[in-house]
Amino acid sequence: MFMMKILKDDRGGQVMMGLLLVVMIAVPVLNLVVPESSFLHLSTYSVTLLGKYLTYALLAISVDLVWGYLGILSLGHGAFFALGGYAMGMYLMRQIGDRGVYGNPELPDFMVFLDYTELPWFWQGFDMFWFAAIMIVLVPGVLAFVFGWLAFRSRVTGVYLSIITQALTYALMLAFFRNEMGFGGNNGLTDFKELLGFDLTADSTRIALFIASALALALGYLASRAIVKSKLGRVAVAIRDAEDRTRFIGYRVEHVKLAIFTFSAALAGIAGALYVPQVGIINPGEFSPLNSIELVIWVAVGGRGTLYGAVAGAVLVNYAKTYFTGAFPEIWLFALGALFVLSTLYLPKGLVGILNRRRALS
Amino acid sequence: MLLSSFSAALHTASADEGRLEQIQNLLLSKSFNDKSQAVSLLAESTHSQSTVILEALMEGELYYRKSDKQFLLTKKHDGDYLIHDALTGEDLGSVKKRTIKKIGTNNAIRKQIRAVLASRELNNPDADIRYQAVSEMLGSPDVGLIPQLEKRLAVEDNKKVRQHIELLLAISQLDTENKDDRLLAIETVSGSIEPVVRSKLVSIQASDPDADVRKAAKDALNSISVRLQFFSFLETLFFGLSLGSVLVLAAIGLAITFGVMGVINMAHGELIMLGAYTTYVIQQALPNMIGVSVLLAIPAAFIVAGLTGIVIERTVIRHLYGRPLETLLATFGISLILQQAVRSIFSPLNRSVITPDWMSGSLEINSVLSLTYNRLYIILFCLLVFLVLNMVLKKTSLGLQVRAVTQNRAMARAMGVRSAWVDAMTFGLGSGIAGVAGVALSQLTNVGPNLGQSYIVDSFMVVVFGGVGNLAGTLVSGLSLGVINQYLEPWAGAVLAKILILIFIILFIQKRPRGLFPQKGRSAEG
Repeated sequence: MFMMKILKDDRGGQVMMGLLLVVMIAVPVLNLVVPESSFLHLSTYSVTLLGKYLTYALLAISVDLVWGYLGILSLGHGAFFALGGYAMGMYLMRQIGDRGVYGNPELPDFMVFLDYTELPWFWQGFDMFWFAAIMIVLVPGVLAFVFGWLAFRSRVTGVYLSIITQALTYALMLAFFRNEMGFGGNNGLTDFKELLGFDLTADSTRIALFIASALALALGYLASRAIVKSKLGRVAVAIRDAEDRTRFIGYRVEHVKLAIFTFSAALAGIAGALYVPQVGIINPGEFSPLNSIELVIWVAVGGRGTLYGAVAGAVLVNYAKTYFTGAFPEIWLFALGALFVLSTLYLPKGLVGILNRRRALS
Repeated sequence: MLLSSFSAALHTASADEGRLEQIQNLLLSKSFNDKSQAVSLLAESTHSQSTVILEALMEGELYYRKSDKQFLLTKKHDGDYLIHDALTGEDLGSVKKRTIKKIGTNNAIRKQIRAVLASRELNNPDADIRYQAVSEMLGSPDVGLIPQLEKRLAVEDNKKVRQHIELLLAISQLDTENKDDRLLAIETVSGSIEPVVRSKLVSIQASDPDADVRKAAKDALNSISVRLQFFSFLETLFFGLSLGSVLVLAAIGLAITFGVMGVINMAHGELIMLGAYTTYVIQQALPNMIGVSVLLAIPAAFIVAGLTGIVIERTVIRHLYGRPLETLLATFGISLILQQAVRSIFSPLNRSVITPDWMSGSLEINSVLSLTYNRLYIILFCLLVFLVLNMVLKKTSLGLQVRAVTQNRAMARAMGVRSAWVDAMTFGLGSGIAGVAGVALSQLTNVGPNLGQSYIVDSFMVVVFGGVGNLAGTLVSGLSLGVINQYLEPWAGAVLAKILILIFIILFIQKRPRGLFPQKGRSAEG
């Protein structure tokens, strides 16, 4: 009921939800029921790949929320994604227990290797899933809140804001590369065994993670849509289009920005948490400024300010990336670069914009 | 026969002939006394090879051929010996060990030779050689050389050499029996920062029988450590300035494209990279002229990067004026394309650019402070680029037009300024400067496809910190960030220092969103 209300007037959203539902049913069936000999069979590798795309799509929604509706081009959203991923990774590390290479029941392998004698304070509690689940939302959320509070209060906007968000993720990357930080340094966290007692290598767990990603994407989309349609969302659009005017009318611009920015960061954290168990590793490379800027282009290609466009862009660009890096690794960066240039020059509204225009014409 | 080979080599110095024969016979003798006498005679000889022969004798590299008793200078090489005629220096190829025999020495003779060589260097007419000699003696003071030093001090007229000799004599006085002499010596050496003085004073402070002397040594050590701290402060400052100059060089092109034109050029780092690769290519083309090729690379890199910049401006950025965020994304795409292009053409591996001779080595101020030439040149180069750029913007008609377009585009156009042309030229100028920065960077780091990426965040930080639209601000902020970084590094570590600086800038922008030196007046709006 509630879902219907949110998705009224949102044809793109309806289509996307429908597709998501189809995929959610079809993928497990194609993987588990259809025999492996059939050409319709979907390998577990593909399931994981699709699951990864869905987490990227969720991340893209979080970017679209701040860029498309608030006008903040964040070049640091990868940082929130990676922080959520690290929180999940820490839980998964603790689940390894004494099955690590060194067999130490108390400490993860890299800590034994680096001569830790006890678990650092910030690792306490991560052996419980509920605690990790809270941290997945809380850590990116709090960072975004503090950062946003500082930035929006002093009215850092536009390009300046983009650059300091980039500096933020760059600083975090450098920090996480340090072994002294206690997050595994260069190698990050990996070698995960199980999640909530389920073997991570099992097909059924993979399917479950895929469905969880799809559900998270659907819920994230609905929540974002609800925000966008609410009064808060309308004020956000007003801020995007004329910040000073909105402020003069009497809205607390900083509060609106802060609320949406923080929510968006938490969403990115959840996406990261779902991403890590599927790819099996989280390392400081996820913080690299390149990653953050790349995900902006997913949104740009799909079409910003629509939410479903971000989803489409994330899936399409990443599918293209998987294809190109496999088939023509030389060409991928050329293609990605061209995508940046062409989509900004000729597709200001993204692929979704083309579709909408054609429909409007016919 | 032996005699004939000598006289053939030495017929010009026939007066020495008899003596040379004598020296030779003495050296061939088994008795060390005879050899010592030979060294004395060699010391008096004015023969051009006498110093070389003495050095070889001291190092155990003086041999004679068993067959004809010819004296040879030898160097071990792959089990064989490369030989030179000791008296003429003529290259005689290589021989097996069994055909030659070494002329042995003992400690006493080596010491005697050392004294002879030292006194030769001390009395060399070239003051630089004398200075070098006494500086080396400071490394390991030798009591045996005192008489020579005293003799030289009486006639020495070079101030620096005199100071060193006095210091050496004072160091030897530190060990005398007389208390007052020791106190006087401590006073003399207390201004010096030579490591040997410090170690001497430390041992005096610990074990001298006299309390006054111990106290004097302690005071002297304190004043020395203050001086040392001062010099290490200076050294850090120098390193900081050179790091800052690199930052300024990388950022100053951006200060034009971003600061003056308001264009976010994420491909700026790749333009730097193009400059570095231009240096590499020119060096490959002129392998025999490394020193010149670096100088040639400066204009070449300016042109290559500048033209690339103009193409980027004409094809992409032109359509995106007034949409800074879109410009950011499009230029980022260009940076990816340039990176991949370089990777495809030059391979993804790093290329090394050779540093010319005139840039290697260092300028020694004193025994603890030496400034490496490449860092020194980077600082000078950075200042030069900054001055030239300032001149271009302030004194040329292009600069005038650039400033006019920046301040009020519509008005400038109304006055007949071709604003589109000015845009392209300005962007080309900023890009060309990035290329020039690439030449400088190629001398400091490896040249690879990722060279630019590592500087882009730093460059933006410098420009934003200094205040957008302000070249002088960029200079000040770049230099100060470099210096701050160097001072943080000792106690925070390189990575943490960098993180702290980033956090500092993030917080600084909150306080002063328009940087250190914000633009005032109308141009500050928008």
